[in-house]
Amino acid sequence: MQSLALIAPLIILLPSLGTIINFFWGPKLNERFSSLIGITASASTFVVWLVLFSYLNGNYYQPAIVDLPILDGWIRIPSVGLEIPWQQRIDTLSVTMMGFVTFVGTLIHIYASGYMHGDPRYARFFAYLNMFLAFMLILVSGNNLLMLFVGWEGVGLCSYLLVGFWFDKKHGVGLKNSNAARKAFVANRIGDFGMLMAIFLAFWTFGTLDLYKPTEVTNPHMMEALASGGGHGEEGAAPANGAAEEGGHGEEAPAGEEGAGDHTGSAAQLVSLASDLPIDQEGDHGEAAAEDHGESASEGHAGPVIAYTDNTHLTFSQLGIFAQAERLAQLGEGETLERGDGTTAGRMINFGAFELDIDTVITLITLFMLLGATGKSAQIPLFVWLPDAMAGPTPVSALIHAATMVTAGVYMMVRANSLFHLAEFSSLVVTIIGVLTALSAGYVAMGQFDIKKVLAYSTVSQLGFMVAAVGVGAYGAAMFHMITHAFFKALLFLGSGSVIHGVEHGHHHAHEHKHDDHGHDEHHAETFDPQDMRNMGGLRRKMPITYATYLIGTLALAGLYPFAGFWSKDEILADSWVAAIQDGKFAGFVALGLFVAAALTAFYMWRQIEMVFHGSPRTEAAEQASESVWSMTVPLVILAVLSLLGGFLNIPSGIGLFSFGLQGVFGEHTLSTWLEYSVVHLHVGAFQPLIAIVSLVLAVAAIILANRIYGSNKAINSEGLDPLEANPASRPIFALSNARLYWDEIYGRLFITPFNRTAAFLANVVDMAFLHDYFHDSVITKGFNGIGRLLSHPIDLGIIDGAVNGIGRLTRWISGGLRRTQAGYVRVYAVALLIGVVAVIVFMLLPVLQG
Amino acid sequence: MDVSGLSLVTVVLFLPLVGFGILLFMNESTQRQAIKWTAFGFTIATLLGAVLLWSQFDPSNPGLQFVQRNDWLPTFGVSYYVGIDGISLILVLLTVFIMPLSVLASHVSHIFEERGREKLYYMFMLMLEWSMIGVFVIQDLIVFYVFWEVTLVPMYFLIGIWGGENRVYAALKFFLYTMAGSILMLLAILYVGSQAGTFALPEITAAVQSGDLVFPFGGLLSPQSFLFLGFFIAFAIKVPVWPLHSWLPDAHVQAPTAGSVILAGVLLKMGTYGFVRFCLPMFPEASVGWAPVVATLGVIGIIYGAWVSYAQTDFKKLVAYSSVSHLGFVVVGIFALNAQGLQGATIQMVNHGISTGGLFLMVGMLYERRHTKALDAFGGIWKALPLFGAISLVITLSSMGLPGLNGFVGEFVILLGTLGSSTLGFGFALFATLGVILAAVYLLYMFQKIYLGELDKEENKNLPPLAWQEIAVLVPVLVLIFWIGVQPAVWFNMLDASTSTVVAAVNPFLQQVAHIVPAVAMLP
Repeated sequence: MQSLALIAPLIILLPSLGTIINFFWGPKLNERFSSLIGITASASTFVVWLVLFSYLNGNYYQPAIVDLPILDGWIRIPSVGLEIPWQQRIDTLSVTMMGFVTFVGTLIHIYASGYMHGDPRYARFFAYLNMFLAFMLILVSGNNLLMLFVGWEGVGLCSYLLVGFWFDKKHGVGLKNSNAARKAFVANRIGDFGMLMAIFLAFWTFGTLDLYKPTEVTNPHMMEALASGGGHGEEGAAPANGAAEEGGHGEEAPAGEEGAGDHTGSAAQLVSLASDLPIDQEGDHGEAAAEDHGESASEGHAGPVIAYTDNTHLTFSQLGIFAQAERLAQLGEGETLERGDGTTAGRMINFGAFELDIDTVITLITLFMLLGATGKSAQIPLFVWLPDAMAGPTPVSALIHAATMVTAGVYMMVRANSLFHLAEFSSLVVTIIGVLTALSAGYVAMGQFDIKKVLAYSTVSQLGFMVAAVGVGAYGAAMFHMITHAFFKALLFLGSGSVIHGVEHGHHHAHEHKHDDHGHDEHHAETFDPQDMRNMGGLRRKMPITYATYLIGTLALAGLYPFAGFWSKDEILADSWVAAIQDGKFAGFVALGLFVAAALTAFYMWRQIEMVFHGSPRTEAAEQASESVWSMTVPLVILAVLSLLGGFLNIPSGIGLFSFGLQGVFGEHTLSTWLEYSVVHLHVGAFQPLIAIVSLVLAVAAIILANRIYGSNKAINSEGLDPLEANPASRPIFALSNARLYWDEIYGRLFITPFNRTAAFLANVVDMAFLHDYFHDSVITKGFNGIGRLLSHPIDLGIIDGAVNGIGRLTRWISGGLRRTQAGYVRVYAVALLIGVVAVIVFMLLPVLQG
Repeated sequence: MDVSGLSLVTVVLFLPLVGFGILLFMNESTQRQAIKWTAFGFTIATLLGAVLLWSQFDPSNPGLQFVQRNDWLPTFGVSYYVGIDGISLILVLLTVFIMPLSVLASHVSHIFEERGREKLYYMFMLMLEWSMIGVFVIQDLIVFYVFWEVTLVPMYFLIGIWGGENRVYAALKFFLYTMAGSILMLLAILYVGSQAGTFALPEITAAVQSGDLVFPFGGLLSPQSFLFLGFFIAFAIKVPVWPLHSWLPDAHVQAPTAGSVILAGVLLKMGTYGFVRFCLPMFPEASVGWAPVVATLGVIGIIYGAWVSYAQTDFKKLVAYSSVSHLGFVVVGIFALNAQGLQGATIQMVNHGISTGGLFLMVGMLYERRHTKALDAFGGIWKALPLFGAISLVITLSSMGLPGLNGFVGEFVILLGTLGSSTLGFGFALFATLGVILAAVYLLYMFQKIYLGELDKEENKNLPPLAWQEIAVLVPVLVLIFWIGVQPAVWFNMLDASTSTVVAAVNPFLQQVAHIVPAVAMLP
């Protein structure tokens, strides 16, 4: 079974292959073939995912570490023990990420095959999409921080290329697109700076960048079984193998619906693996653990989590960074532990020029990681790139800027949960950033008219939910929301693409324009913007499939029972509530601000539904709009189904009223239990009926309010104003939202303008006027000439000149090209040097040839 | 004194000079094609020779290999003394890699239509190759100095004859600046030689380490420091270390394409090589004492170079200033004085040669087509020249340090070394890492100005596609960009033993000097 994990590298290689084919031969291929290559490459990663998924299910969720074949490691400096391999980590967390990345990725490839029809760089688009998949899968499967960083910057590059995909559009649109692309890359680079600093600190603290070492056991249940059954491994082996073969693990659910409760492999089965691992640990607390496990297995719920520190049979240097951090943080003042290579480690970490306490180090590392996450996952202060990134084609917005890439920051923090768990201050900062982002982006989304901008700010806001969840320690809830959000936000973006497509075609139809080859998103007529919701209305009847699916996506995002968003958002709120009330964590109280953000979500989404689909058409284009082709609507339907069912991935226990027997079908805490095998600090929170009811009431109230304001064909008044804009009482509130809180303007004033002015000052004044012109041309040159004149009369005229005259012919040969310069002393120099050179050559060659 | 037979290093060293000699007797007007291909042939032969050298090189041996030593001026202790270790080898390989590309790129250049003298041009190219290899393999201070100075001559003429509008001014400035610095080095060399009784570098460093040869050190202004500075300033001008860089933009902007490629690719590395080869082992205490000061200049260079680069309107000038920024990383890495810093710095010397060399090739190819280097003259070039656009993107990203490409490997290891350095530390790492952001700022700005946006200028719409020679020049650059980016192990392996020797020479003084010199860097 272990060997199954060895196919993991294929999940990177296959899309890379797709990229290469479409990149080099794409221009010669027709559209159908290009998209076939792209879709096949993407779909094949999903097949690889299925294999990896069933591998984990069939192996008691035992993680695997796989070296990439052919490549011989990466950065390696033997003399100082620096070793960074190309290595993948296959565990429940990385496989979860791979699941929705490959699945949503494939759907979006299919959608794009229709959406991008007619684009002159059709093949190039698929090459980039495949490349994105490859980098994203490197990111989520890398087993060291640096490989994670390769994926991290790689997806940033793909985002840059895809946002700027239409870099050559006319009327300045191309310039706008490429500006947006550059902004995205630079903002991400600021985050990457944080990631790099975190990586440097981690290396000097832990002596490695490996997240986990192959020797390490990071599967808590495994540990329990090992501890209890260390002695009778031999007997356990035979029945365990039998059971493993019989037990048809892993129902291969399409959307990463990780098999419910099928981890109930009993302790006896796990025992068989014990004999493979060196254990010197007696089952002292193992008995209790085994009992716990017995119970939890029957409930389908995990027992107490045993952290990495249970790897007591391993020395410090046999552990990855997370396990090392846990051990170091447990040390008392002045205590040390053996590294295993003859040296010891203590709380004080020596960086050569300075020393820091391990707590300070972990706080610094996590804060730098947070900076990285604010870049990639679009949080305050770096989120400004994401709304602009909507300049890219809509499938890109759905895949990269909603479902997958932007979740990388959250993934990274969940992956580093051991560190964040140890760093309380950092976690608080994480929560504050997440909540502020969720609130301010939710507020801004209220006042936008561009259909994609609303969704973009919504994405920023929802990412804020996930980040806040990480801050309060609700790692499972963060991952859960990430998955459901991937479904319904991809759905909404693809739906908006379908709308734009429909309206644009309606516009062409209405005006009988010649079809523009560039296709979509083009603001070709200055007066008409197909993305402006003011130009829509009444599309419900024109685009029924798009409408139905969009409505499902909206309800899911708004958090209405039983849609996906209800469950995942509720889990974040419930966990925050528990953190605040039961644990008295300040971060928990902060996170309660998310209730407001949740209400805002329901409000702005319903406003959008009213503006786009309800009422009557406000323009000719909307009147003439038509439903999109099947390759676009089929992914919409699939995603709509998932937006409805996705929440059942992780039904909490004790849901009472909300039950309807769902747990019987989908199990309880399915996702959390599965993730628990790799996210050690994941805890499974109980259902909070009060929270669920409050958040439901808020969402319904917000929808009703939005309906009262925007419904009954009042979405846009006759002057083209939003009702809130038209009403003097609410106008300031709307205006501030519409102006996006002036973030870009403030950044422009505070950073960008000063940066540009300083650049000009440094270049023109400091470098040219001072260093170049004054310092060099005046000070140095004049000084040099002065000394030169002093020397030239006795030495130059007397000795050198004589020699020069002697070989005048040679002089003319060389200096001919320089003659018109009239700079006498240049010639003298040149000749003097040439003589010197010739002399040296002769001098040197003589002994060499002799000896 | 050991006298050995002909070393392969000598063969590699003098092969270009043989080519020089053959070209001398060729007829410019009747053998034009033959001249071009002879020059190319000799650069290829030198490349093959160096690869042969590499194949026989033992990376686990920290000492000099392929040593050849012959008396030259025994009275003064001067000898023809060549040999290579990993650091020399990697830079020789860089040199012999860059040269054929430069020659081939010159084949399709239009400069000769205007300026003529093709034969002389290729002769200077070969002479340049000879002298640059010499700098990297010579182990005798006096002979090193000679080669160091000789590199100026061909470059001076390459800029002065085949350069742009302001070529003579630039050539002269290049010459004077470097000359001025070298004079101090000559004085230091003479003093060191007179104290040691020999000019052979391995003997001098051995004596310094055993304590037989003492250059008294008592702070930043003591005899050893002055000797250190004598060498340092000469090298720093060459690198160039901020604020001694003001010759570089002139030289680069005026130089012909191949000249810029070689200047950025190899000549600047002579300075950083000098730090590693001469400053650190001969003056370990002064190196430790001065490290924070030098690294501060390096960090300023990183940020300043990038910032000024961003404000440029001329493509070539932008790339020239980017060199100041990139080499700032190398300087910081060297003066981190640990294995990570040094190895990262050496790898980064190679990376910079490849990426910035590549950028200058890009400038040259555009200049050949449009006869301008103004950023505003372009826009949307990716659409006009799709293949060229894609290649340019890879080179730009390599210069930006995208992980998976070569630039990242060097930068990462340097910065890693900086944070854990006993002489530098957190502040240096923090500010140096800011350079990573700034690199994205100016390089993406450049890329956008030239390659992205609407293809709206008539002149840009019908540019001729890449010639086969141009593709042949760019492909090896791409291969190395990916190779070093994904599998750098073989290069680090080449350096490991040699840099360990240098680190070992400095290490004993890391604690000692801290007492003498109040280090500004000791704060986290």
